[in-house]
Amino acid sequence: MGIISLKSLNISFPIFNPMKNTEILTCFQCGTCHASCPSGKYTSLNVRKIVRDSVRKDISDQPELWMCTTCYNCQERCPRGIKVTDFVLTLRSEAVKKGKILPAHRKVCNFLIKTGQSIPIDDKHRDIRKKLGLRIDEAARKKALKDVKKLLISTGFGELIKK
Amino acid sequence: MKDLSLFAGCLIPNRYPGIEKATGLVLDRLGIKCFELKEAACCPAPGVYRSFDKITWLTLASRNLVLAEEKGTDILTICNGCFSSLMDANNILKNDAVLRNEVNAHLKKIGKEYRGTIEVRHIMEFLHTDIGVKKLSDAIEKPLEIRTAVHYGCHLLKPTKERKLGSAECPVFFDELVEATGAKSVPYEGKTSCCGAGGGVRSAMLETSFKMTEYKLDRIVRAEVDCIIDSCPFCHLQYDAGQVELKKSGKNFDIPVLHFSQLLGLALGYTPEDVGLHLNEIINPGFFGKIAEIQKRNAPGR
Ligand code: SF4
Ligand code: SF4
Repeated sequence: MGIISLKSLNISFPIFNPMKNTEILTCFQCGTCHASCPSGKYTSLNVRKIVRDSVRKDISDQPELWMCTTCYNCQERCPRGIKVTDFVLTLRSEAVKKGKILPAHRKVCNFLIKTGQSIPIDDKHRDIRKKLGLRIDEAARKKALKDVKKLLISTGFGELIKK
Repeated sequence: MKDLSLFAGCLIPNRYPGIEKATGLVLDRLGIKCFELKEAACCPAPGVYRSFDKITWLTLASRNLVLAEEKGTDILTICNGCFSSLMDANNILKNDAVLRNEVNAHLKKIGKEYRGTIEVRHIMEFLHTDIGVKKLSDAIEKPLEIRTAVHYGCHLLKPTKERKLGSAECPVFFDELVEATGAKSVPYEGKTSCCGAGGGVRSAMLETSFKMTEYKLDRIVRAEVDCIIDSCPFCHLQYDAGQVELKKSGKNFDIPVLHFSQLLGLALGYTPEDVGLHLNEIINPGFFGKIAEIQKRNAPGR
């Protein structure tokens, strides 16, 4: 009897695993995640395939990573207890590190950098607030923005999204 | 009862201020002391920032948490996104000393330090646990008598290991609160399914997000309800503004969307204008008429 090669056993060995997370190796490709996915019903997102492929290759380029609404259905129902949604988030941040950022998301990030908020106030809503008797503490917002700017410089966020 | 700090977020003050107004009115009426966290910034939104860079997400969230720590109050959120970001960040930082040190090194630059001394609450679970269904229904003199479709929203319930609010498959607490107002929570297919907005999908892939929204709206309309009740301005925006978009392709739903604070406001006798319903995109005159009629019937002295 010859030596059995590992390859013939057909076990997946991780070659690309940004999470250093061995938990996903327990995935037995049952498809519960994909079957529970509201986005996968309408898009090419197949989170079962994402889990499978991510251990074999770099999938940072896949647009499907950004089709997930982070609804957590897959994570809740995975019979192996794999944190599937958290894993998608990790894969996304790997993609971001490589400069793979969708234009709309870059725009939201720039709002945060400029205003301290992701959805800044506009004139229409400034007006509505006034009519409702709700005020905006401009001084407090300015203070917040000053802090946010300092923190974003400190964490290197501006550099990250410039890529 | 301990005072709370209200964390209003970005979307409510800047796009749906009626929800902020309604929340203020109902908390006041229930005798809950809640002061706005004025220097707060973006929570930051979990979909984009948590995906992009965990440390940045944690650091900005921790700054908001510290503002409440300095006041010695828990945080009350009225948005599932803010709840998710702030609660998850709080749990992570309480339990992970390495991350806490890293975040504190950044916070030091603005003269702050995260200590882990407060909790993050969401108005729905707060009302259910700390006020209770009984007390709430006692505060309401006459029932609201409408049929509603409750939408919990994903991040209010999940991940269940973090939220600890019970089942995400068959949750009940939100329905109980809705029924405390006299309204009926009507079951419908896909009730716990996503509105389609989260994870940065709405901002980057609007069409895709609307497919999920359309599925929900279709099932909601089939349940023959008067309105949708949510607990999150992002779901609110997706359903409300989403209907305007879907109209362009000939899909008319015309179903009013209310945050629970607004529903509770109506049940406590405030008018639709008081709770900012006229600021929604979808204005359904039939619904306004029905509320006016119920409120007239329920007016004191009758
Ligand atoms: S549900 Fe879990 S075990 Fe099943 S395919 Fe998905 S990740 Fe793998
Ligand atoms: S969290 Fe993302 S991948 Fe998982 S079921 Fe929801 S949309 Fe699909």
